[in-house]
Amino acid sequence: MNIPVIDIYAILPVVVLSVFGIAIMVIEPFLASKSKVGLGWLAFAGTLAAGLSVIPMHGRQGPAYSNLWIVDDFSTFFHVLFIFIAAMTTLISIDYLRRENLHRGEYYALLLFATTGMLVMAGSNELMMIFIGLEILSIGTYVLAGFRRTDLRSNEAALKYFLLGSFASAFFLYGVALIFGATGSTNLISIAASLAGAESQWGLVHLSAALILVALCFKVAVAPFHIWAPDVYEGAPTPITGFMSVGPKAAGFAVLFRVFVTAFPMIESRWTEIMFVLAALTMILGNVIAVVQPNIKRMLAYSSIAHAGYIAVAFTANSSRGNAAALFYTLAYATMNLGAFAIVTILSRGEDAKVKLSDYAGLATKRPGLAALLSLFLLSLAGVPFTAGFAGKFLIFRSAVESNLTSLAVIGVLTTVVSFYYYLYVIVQMYMKEPSEDFSDARLTLGLTTALLVAAAGTLYLGLLPARILEWTAQAALHVL
Amino acid sequence: MGGLIDNGILTIVTFLPALGAILLLFFKSDNVKAVRAFSLAVTLLTFIFSLHLIAHFNSGSADFQFVVNVPWIPSVGIGYYMGVDGVSIFLILLATVLTPLAVLASWSITKRAKEYFLFMLLLETGMIGVFASLDLFLFYLFWEVMLVPMYFLIGIWGGERRIYAAMKFVLYTMIGGVLMLVAILSLYFMHGNATGEFTFSYPRILDALGRGTLVLEPQMELLLFAAFFLAFAIKVPLFPFHTWLPDAHVEAPTAGSVLLAGVLLKMGTYGLVRFSLPLFPKMSDFLAPAISVLAIVGIIYGALVAMVQPDLKKLVAYSSVSHLGFIVLGIFSFNAQGIEGAIYQMLNHGVSTGALFLLVGMIYERRHTRLISEFGGLASPMPAFALVFLFVTLSSIGLPGLNGFVGEFLVLLGTFGVSPAYAAFAATGVILSAVYMLWMFQRVVWGETSNPENAILSDLGFRERLTLIPLLVLIVWMGVYSNHFLRPMDASVTKLLNRIEHTERTDTRTADRVPQ
Repeated sequence: MNIPVIDIYAILPVVVLSVFGIAIMVIEPFLASKSKVGLGWLAFAGTLAAGLSVIPMHGRQGPAYSNLWIVDDFSTFFHVLFIFIAAMTTLISIDYLRRENLHRGEYYALLLFATTGMLVMAGSNELMMIFIGLEILSIGTYVLAGFRRTDLRSNEAALKYFLLGSFASAFFLYGVALIFGATGSTNLISIAASLAGAESQWGLVHLSAALILVALCFKVAVAPFHIWAPDVYEGAPTPITGFMSVGPKAAGFAVLFRVFVTAFPMIESRWTEIMFVLAALTMILGNVIAVVQPNIKRMLAYSSIAHAGYIAVAFTANSSRGNAAALFYTLAYATMNLGAFAIVTILSRGEDAKVKLSDYAGLATKRPGLAALLSLFLLSLAGVPFTAGFAGKFLIFRSAVESNLTSLAVIGVLTTVVSFYYYLYVIVQMYMKEPSEDFSDARLTLGLTTALLVAAAGTLYLGLLPARILEWTAQAALHVL
Repeated sequence: MGGLIDNGILTIVTFLPALGAILLLFFKSDNVKAVRAFSLAVTLLTFIFSLHLIAHFNSGSADFQFVVNVPWIPSVGIGYYMGVDGVSIFLILLATVLTPLAVLASWSITKRAKEYFLFMLLLETGMIGVFASLDLFLFYLFWEVMLVPMYFLIGIWGGERRIYAAMKFVLYTMIGGVLMLVAILSLYFMHGNATGEFTFSYPRILDALGRGTLVLEPQMELLLFAAFFLAFAIKVPLFPFHTWLPDAHVEAPTAGSVLLAGVLLKMGTYGLVRFSLPLFPKMSDFLAPAISVLAIVGIIYGALVAMVQPDLKKLVAYSSVSHLGFIVLGIFSFNAQGIEGAIYQMLNHGVSTGALFLLVGMIYERRHTRLISEFGGLASPMPAFALVFLFVTLSSIGLPGLNGFVGEFLVLLGTFGVSPAYAAFAATGVILSAVYMLWMFQRVVWGETSNPENAILSDLGFRERLTLIPLLVLIVWMGVYSNHFLRPMDASVTKLLNRIEHTERTDTRTADRVPQ
């Protein structure tokens, strides 16, 4: 009997993150509560190790584990992105948890497990595996959203996310079941091959694709499946809000691309039509409603919906340029949005006491450095030239125009103008209003400083010298097609 | 001169202010003196470097000069492509002349001075970049990024309704800008699909249009023209897109108004000359009557509204709407006189209106009001001010011998060639401008010094005189030796007209002035 060679390198990052997550759970009870900060740094070390473990994947293309798993530039890109997001979130969380007296090991373990789930989603070549990844991610984030157990809003967030998320998972599973019924397989490539054959039960296939689309649109908060996002984002601990706004969103899009581009090219005219409408709706709703939000976490939640709309534009374009633009955008969005959330975390103080926009009044006179950095991130989110956000939006609208979706591009750029209003409004507060308080109690610690510097450098790097990252995303996008 | 300087000079002129802004970060914020002295030094140095451009500019050539062209994001076809020709060279100089004067005019700024001068320097880089970019993507970058420093200048150091004005300024300008981006992208793909070369290089795209390798369908040309035109028309601002301008002007600090009127508005008219006309000659020609009518409405409307303004700054702001109407009218006359007159008028307006805003700022600093009714009889306490003010007022009206006359005359001459009726209506604008300017002057400067507060005002100080003298020199110089400025434009304007295929109208006057 042949013993199969275990291709450990293909799943090394998943293994590393899981091992660190488990280790944190095991070590936790033996630590005095004072030294639990160390767990945060252990989690950070875990993400670094996971980052290193991606290296052997470089340049590898092809399936592994009997076609359940796939290693290609696409999955490698998302592995790096997710690990980056987890590392940044950890850095932002360390001080937050100490301040809120929430320092418990589960937090980091759950964060690492959720990240593991995202890696599984991006690396799977098979719908059931994707579902498992989706569930690992979801369960982790359900708990994390409710991590401030004594806070009602946090409880509400967790419950809402859990209930609606369960529906979405059920939709996904139902879709998988139907496509299995129609094609006899849950493997993406087999599905595509089966659909390319003459006889298919198109009714079933369409229904299945629609269900999967709904489930994933829920995950990435594309309208009209976005209703949960603002409440959950507002109630969740701020670093987790940052994490949810970029991580699961990117993972959801990774699966959208993988599943629809690989498995459903035969019905692409159908799903691009639907996505056209959803993308337009998402950009309009997200941007317009964000204008009237008095709370910065809610504002960033609607902004996050709007950004999902922009990525959906690239998805609708359904071209190699569009896919590359979407990948670039997920990275750019993660960088600038985590930067913004790092500052919101610093300024929110205990129990989210200071998350109103008016709480930012006069920040520039008291803390010019923080104000300048937040301005950079907000201007980048708005899409001002020479920042990551502009490069990303430019690439997305370019792909839209290329695919003859000029009307979508026009909606996109006009809603971008709307977004200038609410992003600039925060700058108005910081720079053009008199300070109502001194911000001396907002502390900058090692973890937060590192995260801020990385985010700022990344935002400028992607905006000024995007050429290398562009090559990488173009390469990655090729593999999903 | 070494080719090395010629190659790098545009980059130096463009980014020297930005470099200065970065260095400014290392100054102590409470050391206001050092901050403003350094800013003045940087802007003066930029001005000196920009003199190299005009000194070594080859007036006989219609080609872009001092060109730098290096790939920036090659996979997308974006290059760092800069150059100047007869259309843009003086606009760059206008920016480098007005910025040091704006810095001088901001000497009394002490509130967050470091940030103030930082934004001022960044603004200069943005302005020069817009005029020097030959890559459409690069042009768009500068066009948009320049909004940010202006937004802060108005929003932090402006008047009472500054936040409203700053937001309105950004949102209005953005709407036009983003649609232009979509048009640029469409053009990029059409060019790429037609020629196989995906590039944002403006000369390449223009070349393909000229050689017929890229042909725009009429409907597509209309859409693209509309998108570009909207961006430029809002910036100009052409009636009826002008409503942001009075707000922005009134609320902006003096230096902000100077640069806004002096340079930023010219970006719109520059865009029309540089991009709209050459890229879409058929549509420009087709829509010229409609646009000319809007321009004339703007001329008359702006003048009439200016007449009834109680606020000095608002009056000057509406006079800008009127003057910019002249420029647009000249551009869409499609002949050498009209277009050269329009470009000349862009410079004139920059100099004269810049000077007017400076003067208004000077009396505002003394009295903290801009209401015309608050003044009267300033001639006796402030004789030097009265003299300069008279001089600038006459320049703005277009008195022969001063700069304004040359531009207005050329524009009217060019317009007359197209339609005497247009010229007749536009000429009423000249008369109206004399009415509102002289009436305003009379109420502010002549008469009894009835208000005791005015009687004790001090006359212009040394710094204020220093700020105004360069502009006065320019007003006379441009009025008397207009050929110094018109001749370098000839070749580029002729090339532009050839491109528009209206060569039959480029009459003998241009031919006479071909450089020996």
